[in-house]
Amino acid sequence: MDILRRIDFQRAIDTIQHGIAVLDSDLRILALNRYLEALSGFSAEAVQGIYFDYVIRSNLSQKTNGLRNVFEKDDPFVVEGDIIDHRRKKLPVRFTFSSLVDQSARQLGVMVIIEDISFLHNLDSKIHGKSVFEGLIGHSPQMQKVFDLLPVIARTEATALITGETGTGKDLVAEAIHNASPRAGQPFIKVNCGALPETLLESELFGHCRGAFTGADKDKPGMFRLANGGTIFLTEIGDLSLPLQVKLLTVLDDKAFFPLGGTKKVRVDVRVITATHRDLRELVGLKKFREDLFYRLNVLRLHLPPLREREGDIRLLIDYFLNKFNASMKRNIKGFDQASLGLLLEYAYPGNARELSNIVEYAVTVCQADRIGIDQLPAYLLTAGPRQVGRSLFNGKSGESAGSAEIVRAAVGAGLEQQEGWNEVEKRMIIEALVETRGKRAQAAKILGWGRSTLWRKLKQHGLA
Amino acid sequence: MKVLLAIQGDYIAPRFDLTTEVVIAVVNNGRLQGEPSTLLLSGASGEELCGLIVKEDISTLICGGIEESQYEYLVWKKLKVIDMVVGPCEQALQFYLEGGLEPGTILPGAADRKTK
Repeated sequence: MDILRRIDFQRAIDTIQHGIAVLDSDLRILALNRYLEALSGFSAEAVQGIYFDYVIRSNLSQKTNGLRNVFEKDDPFVVEGDIIDHRRKKLPVRFTFSSLVDQSARQLGVMVIIEDISFLHNLDSKIHGKSVFEGLIGHSPQMQKVFDLLPVIARTEATALITGETGTGKDLVAEAIHNASPRAGQPFIKVNCGALPETLLESELFGHCRGAFTGADKDKPGMFRLANGGTIFLTEIGDLSLPLQVKLLTVLDDKAFFPLGGTKKVRVDVRVITATHRDLRELVGLKKFREDLFYRLNVLRLHLPPLREREGDIRLLIDYFLNKFNASMKRNIKGFDQASLGLLLEYAYPGNARELSNIVEYAVTVCQADRIGIDQLPAYLLTAGPRQVGRSLFNGKSGESAGSAEIVRAAVGAGLEQQEGWNEVEKRMIIEALVETRGKRAQAAKILGWGRSTLWRKLKQHGLA
Repeated sequence: MKVLLAIQGDYIAPRFDLTTEVVIAVVNNGRLQGEPSTLLLSGASGEELCGLIVKEDISTLICGGIEESQYEYLVWKKLKVIDMVVGPCEQALQFYLEGGLEPGTILPGAADRKTK
């Protein structure tokens, strides 16, 4: 009995690979385990005393007619519902509520166990004929090679590198690998290495200790720790600074790291998947990327082909996106007329599948008839021409210039040197925009569809600052 | 410009798609113009609320959890979305006016809610 009293309760619940919350009788949070911290995106310390559902974001109040009714039901009480996790994904889960009572059976609080049952839902989809890699659509031979490799990559624990142009589905592939791996159901944490300045990124990835820097008034766990047991997905790995590349190499080798300002090493069990649209080998040559890290990441490399090289997939995706947006917008558009379809099949898609998705969404939104014509397509498509330098309207996920167009001039097809890499194209785009705006960076950023900080960063990268 | 807060009682609603009550405030140069108005919705629907937001020409949304598809749609419609906010809606608006509201902000009054 004495042993039971001395057990470190928090440590015990941290080892459990389901979400666990301990609540008081007002359903306010007393403790969360690590799994639930990762799912919600909040540390237990930060949400102490807060009403449970503000943090977990479930649909329980709709299902149970108010969470208070939980106590009037059987104990334990099990109900299926869903939550919105920190990645903005709606996850089907099973809640188990059980009372916590003292020796006199007086209720002190509630323990909630939250199990991710999305695997069961996926299995159900599989049984009904869909694919476990749903979300990745493609019948072309090029995509078939990718689909053949995915289960192999999913089964192994080795670090994986996903390359491909922007909009080719690197995020979807990373998540598909995680969901098909033995780590499915454990945390999947995504970090964009290009989105934050170096100091903030180090804290984001590895956490920090109280007092590590001005404003660090409490310990922060960091994404590697939150991903423990699961997968961490590092996008834009080519943007990682050299000092952080060293730290990442250490984590890959030792499975441990020091948080910022910390003296105690933190051990983690995390599978690492990285992605980039950059040519890492070229960056190694330019001394911007460590060669040892490159070879460490390049162990399992999956390259996603650009949409223009995926034979037959443009037509397939047009139909897929049309059905998707018809359903979500409750429309009944039958298809595209010959002229608009011809244009869509000929276009080069420098923004790849994401660009095509946005084009179809735009067309479905503005179309008032039952067939989409040329007039309902974004105007820039009419001036782009087939397989030529073209402007594309697509939304990067950075959100830094919310909703504004990112102009991408693709180095494909007639009129451009075939050997030009993305680096050279991007540099030329920046120079052209600056010439057009007579050096006014704010305007140039607007033309390029970037935030000013992004333009500044890229000017430095290309040696134009 | 207009700011819409998805609320549940006095607090930011934990789920955008389950919200049945919203507050719309008009803001000019960081100051509130007039009294915010409260709107009761006929039912909970994320899609319909997105439609209302676009129709009302809202420029900023403050909410709790929102699904990715709805988030991406609103961002594509040039909205600023400040999501995963936890705490009283009055404080959320105040923080927003002062420029201190970010996605994932836990407001000082977040733990004040009593269920009894």
